Amino acid sequence: MDWTAILTQLLEIAAALAVAPLFMGWVTQCRAWLQNRTAPSLWLPYRAIHKLFHKDAVLAQDASPLFRAAPYVVFGTMVVAAAIIPSMSTLPLTPAADAIALVGLLATARVFMSLAAMDVGTAFGTLGARREMMVGFLAEPALLMVIFVASLISATTALPVISGRLATQAIGLYPSLAFTAVAFTLVLLAENARIPVDNPATHLELTMIHEAMLLEYSARHLALMEWAAALKLFNYACIGFALFLPWGVATGEAGPLALLLSIPLLAVKLALAGLGIALIETLSAKLRVFRVPEFLATAFMFAVLGMLVHLLLGA
Amino acid sequence: MHMHLASYDNQRIIADKSRRNQRAPAHGPTAAPVRVPVELHIPLTACLALLGAWVLIGIAGLVRPRSVRFAGRTLFPLGAIVGLAIAVTGAAGLAMSAERLVLPLGLPDLPFHLRRDALASVFLAMLGATSVGISLFAAGYFRRGEGTPPGLLCFQYHVFLASMGFVFLADDAYAFMVAWESMALSSYFLVISQHRIPEIRRAGFLYFLIAHVGAISILLCFGVLQGGSWQFTFDAMRDAQLSSGAATAAFVLALIGFGAKAGLVPLHVWLPEAHPAAPSPVSALMSGVMLKTAVYGALRVVFDLLGRPHWSWGLLPLAVGLGSAFYGVVFAAVQADMKRLLAYSSIENLGIAFAGLGLAIVFDGVGMRTLAVLATIATIYHCVNHAFMKSLLFLGTGAVLHSTGERNLGRLGGLLRRMPWTGWIVLVGVLAIAGLPPLNGFVSEWLLLQAFLFASDVPVPFVDMLLPLCAAAVALCAALAGYVMVKFFGIVFLGQPREAALGQAHDCGRLERMGMMWLAAGCVLLGLFPAQVVVALEQVTGELLGYPLDRPPAPWWLLAPLADREVSYGPLVFLLATAAVIAVTAVVVRALYHQRVRRSAAWDCGFARLDARMQDTAEGFGQPIRHLFQPFFRIERELPTPFDTDPRYRVTVGDRIWGWVYAPLGALVQRVANTVAYVQRGRIADYLMYSFLTLVALLALVLWIGPRS
Repeated sequence: MDWTAILTQLLEIAAALAVAPLFMGWVTQCRAWLQNRTAPSLWLPYRAIHKLFHKDAVLAQDASPLFRAAPYVVFGTMVVAAAIIPSMSTLPLTPAADAIALVGLLATARVFMSLAAMDVGTAFGTLGARREMMVGFLAEPALLMVIFVASLISATTALPVISGRLATQAIGLYPSLAFTAVAFTLVLLAENARIPVDNPATHLELTMIHEAMLLEYSARHLALMEWAAALKLFNYACIGFALFLPWGVATGEAGPLALLLSIPLLAVKLALAGLGIALIETLSAKLRVFRVPEFLATAFMFAVLGMLVHLLLGA
Repeated sequence: MHMHLASYDNQRIIADKSRRNQRAPAHGPTAAPVRVPVELHIPLTACLALLGAWVLIGIAGLVRPRSVRFAGRTLFPLGAIVGLAIAVTGAAGLAMSAERLVLPLGLPDLPFHLRRDALASVFLAMLGATSVGISLFAAGYFRRGEGTPPGLLCFQYHVFLASMGFVFLADDAYAFMVAWESMALSSYFLVISQHRIPEIRRAGFLYFLIAHVGAISILLCFGVLQGGSWQFTFDAMRDAQLSSGAATAAFVLALIGFGAKAGLVPLHVWLPEAHPAAPSPVSALMSGVMLKTAVYGALRVVFDLLGRPHWSWGLLPLAVGLGSAFYGVVFAAVQADMKRLLAYSSIENLGIAFAGLGLAIVFDGVGMRTLAVLATIATIYHCVNHAFMKSLLFLGTGAVLHSTGERNLGRLGGLLRRMPWTGWIVLVGVLAIAGLPPLNGFVSEWLLLQAFLFASDVPVPFVDMLLPLCAAAVALCAALAGYVMVKFFGIVFLGQPREAALGQAHDCGRLERMGMMWLAAGCVLLGLFPAQVVVALEQVTGELLGYPLDRPPAPWWLLAPLADREVSYGPLVFLLATAAVIAVTAVVVRALYHQRVRRSAAWDCGFARLDARMQDTAEGFGQPIRHLFQPFFRIERELPTPFDTDPRYRVTVGDRIWGWVYAPLGALVQRVANTVAYVQRGRIADYLMYSFLTLVALLALVLWIGPRS
């Protein structure tokens, strides 16, 4: 393994860590604009995380080591996921994990988060864990199906190869990808606790999922969890780019110029994606929790349809 | 479409002949499996001696049947050592060529034939390795005054172990059935070790009944397989030329027989009854190892005895397996008894193994060799993984059961603080069975998904679309398994204790801890070194299918099974990278900020009367699944009215299959029995008259047939 590759890898991880809260802030800002509100500063997520790191951590009396370890595990898995997903260039760590392993990694984060939420034994914690697992058991296969369609097209499950092969094909030849893009958008909204499924801005007990699980966390643990949530959104966006907008990712041999070129391209993609998420969130209303499985079943069915379309049309 | 099929049939027959005659085919330089020819019968004799040692240990238990100390401190640890030796012998035997032995035992013209090949070796290694952990646990587990005396338990337990070993070694139908039946019998007695409780006797009877339905089916299958030669050695069956109808019949009979042992729907009903009834080490052994004998048997019959199967056969185990997997995991999600939950989860896992088998048959039938090998490896890998994880979880429930006396999830909770050793070790098993990287459950799932995904190249119309869609079902089952396991661990070990008595819960003893740690270590190692495991399993597929995998060159830490797909998975890197990130994060946070922690009461949202009863119960946690999959369940609800002074809420979730299949069947048997009872009145005059009438009828028959011939 050569040193430039490792350096690129580290740089990409650093970039992901740095950009993720900004992306979160950007989505919030777009949402505020669309709703005729005064937008908070773009840098608000950074300030919030910094503030939280400074505070004293308060743990519940009965919190076990699992509860304390979970934020680190969730954060760690999200960082490793960011290192696997080709956002700007294809990376040396990618052979260690293909797209299925990536989904497994995201599932690990979910399981640890749910277990931590059940650890203290408050009513909200278990409620949040139960709902999160409910979202997860439908969203995870839907995401896998989305990835499977892309890998059927490109005959591999290695994400950089999928991305590279899709990028070199002509545009607009894949009706199956259109279906899966819809499915992926639904999964992204559900998995990142965005509006039709969950509302990141409220603590309304009847509907909350993600916030219910974090209710017991404070200070640096909360900061890590929030940062991990931002990274998760960033990661999902990058998975989406790798599958549906694969152009402009620098491959291994492309050299530093391609890498430099990929940075502004990623910024443009992220800006557009953030605007899109904010638009969807503004235009839709929060679903009742019991309707969430239907929403996710729709996503799953769209992905299955995408696969059927691919198998029928061969495209 | 017809042309397609016809051409495959031709290919199949040609390939069939070549396979029968020479097992190592000449299909290019990569195809020949690497094998060291060894003439000596070392592993087979060693295995035999070790299985004999297990029986001897069992008999030694009968010498002092009431002594807990003797059985627990001496015999079970000895059994664990023998298990370790069997595991080592099995693993060593993997690389060696098959060897045979004829024992001077059995019927006059049919002595016991034994054969140890790679397939038998891998299952023996699994049996041995799993039994080490379970025996160590059992050494500390059995107590005085619980049903069957410990010495007798020790006898039944070791006979059970040895008979499972003989199942893997048997090389004729007679030896196989003897081993199979002694396995069923000894495990039946183990299940009803608490025989004073009527429900346990009932569960035991159900188990016994379905085990025998399966055994009859297997017996019939062997009857078809001998193909008119009336030779019941497996060699004769390998050489028998069966018509396609007879081969299909043998296949279906084998699937029913082994499916009954594996707990495939609809023959699964014994599993959720028998597992909770049995003592935990026995549940672990039954779920972890005994269910795998079914997969072994199916592999043996389909790929070894029948030769090359037709591709369309594969669709049956595939459909039944996926159906069972889904059924099992949905039911597991709504269970409130922790052992029943695990039993349903076993149905799921065995379903997935059979789906892998079906996929392998399809691939093999259409001549996609490397993918057939991949699917077979995934199946066997999954069996080995499940042996470790499920045994570990059952042992964990045993530890909880001993310390709290409670199997009901609704009365447990918060045990991670009371039983830290058990809790943390069980967490490894939970994460593994939930299919999370970098543990072992994920690897076999990964391999299986890869196989499903590339089934779109199967050159049969419709099937090439159906198979990738099955990947969706596998993904759904895997995700639901995560749900089930979060429920299991979260409700038992996390949160607040739901009963005051749980405050006295104590952790398990040293031997029990060692047993569980052994199994947890197995889960971790099988997960971290998949490339090595796959290379070992390639010996099995090399012998069974005649092909190894088409692996590209890859470093030792990377699992890359398919050269033309550019897919790889490196769990070690995965784990190290995550660990490094976590360590760096912790260090940086400490360096830049601080590590101050304050303890306080849990945040109650200002309600101030938060108590342990406000946590989700098992029913509550499973509620979304119950709601979503309502048509699957037979639900009985008892809801309070608004005016109840003492409101009660009760819900029971039952299995519809009981009402659809077993209740009508039971009623039918009862009706037939009643009709027969009319004839059986117990008066000797009647019976003499029956004999007389029979003789007359026979004479009439002879007279009627005689002139014609």
